[in-house]
Amino acid sequence: MPAKVRIQANDFDVSAEYDALKEVNTPYGAIATFVGLVRDFDNRSLDAIELECYESMAQKSLAAIAQKALARFGVNQLTIIHRTGRLAVNEQIVFVGVSSKHRRSAFDCVNFVMDLLKTETPFWKKEITASGEHWVDMKESDAARRSLWE
Amino acid sequence: MINILFFGKLRESLGVSSLAIEPDAVTHAIDVKSAIYQMHPEWQALLDDPSTQIAINQTLVSLDAPVENGDEVAFFPPVTGG
Repeated sequence: MPAKVRIQANDFDVSAEYDALKEVNTPYGAIATFVGLVRDFDNRSLDAIELECYESMAQKSLAAIAQKALARFGVNQLTIIHRTGRLAVNEQIVFVGVSSKHRRSAFDCVNFVMDLLKTETPFWKKEITASGEHWVDMKESDAARRSLWE
Repeated sequence: MINILFFGKLRESLGVSSLAIEPDAVTHAIDVKSAIYQMHPEWQALLDDPSTQIAINQTLVSLDAPVENGDEVAFFPPVTGG
């Protein structure tokens, strides 16, 4: 199975995911991983985020992104994990890991997956702060980065 | 029946996450909106927001996409995961 996609409420173990990529990586020389965390980037006393998901569509979306990524970058093994539910500041949200023959294709593949995921996969973030709750708006910069892959 | 789902800020604003409508007179995604407005005219401004996206059977589509009995039609705001 060259692509593994999971949507889950539970946390994930980065070292276990790395080991799983390394296990099947025998003829390949590179592994790149990315972990996205909940962050309070504007210092707005963020307590947590609530991640809503249209799960059946998100599964299809991530599987399609994974297949595009495998075909485009010729990488060996790809893992995408995205969490749902209430996540506190500094908790892990998303994992993308890839094994590949070369460093550049590994990093490019991770960036490609994240740029598509952020603009196509049906997850929605709500920020929960000391002063109230609000839904996060789509960022134009995300759409711009997505369009660079076309 | 056609099953309709709402997500994110739209779901919260409407106060409803799902409903079902009869397939009569529904052939395209835009007819689904019309059927919803007949039941809930007060929802029109929220659903007509140009940023609202539509998926049929978990695939993004435009308003002219065909809809059949048994389909799942979802409305939601632009995604913000990752």
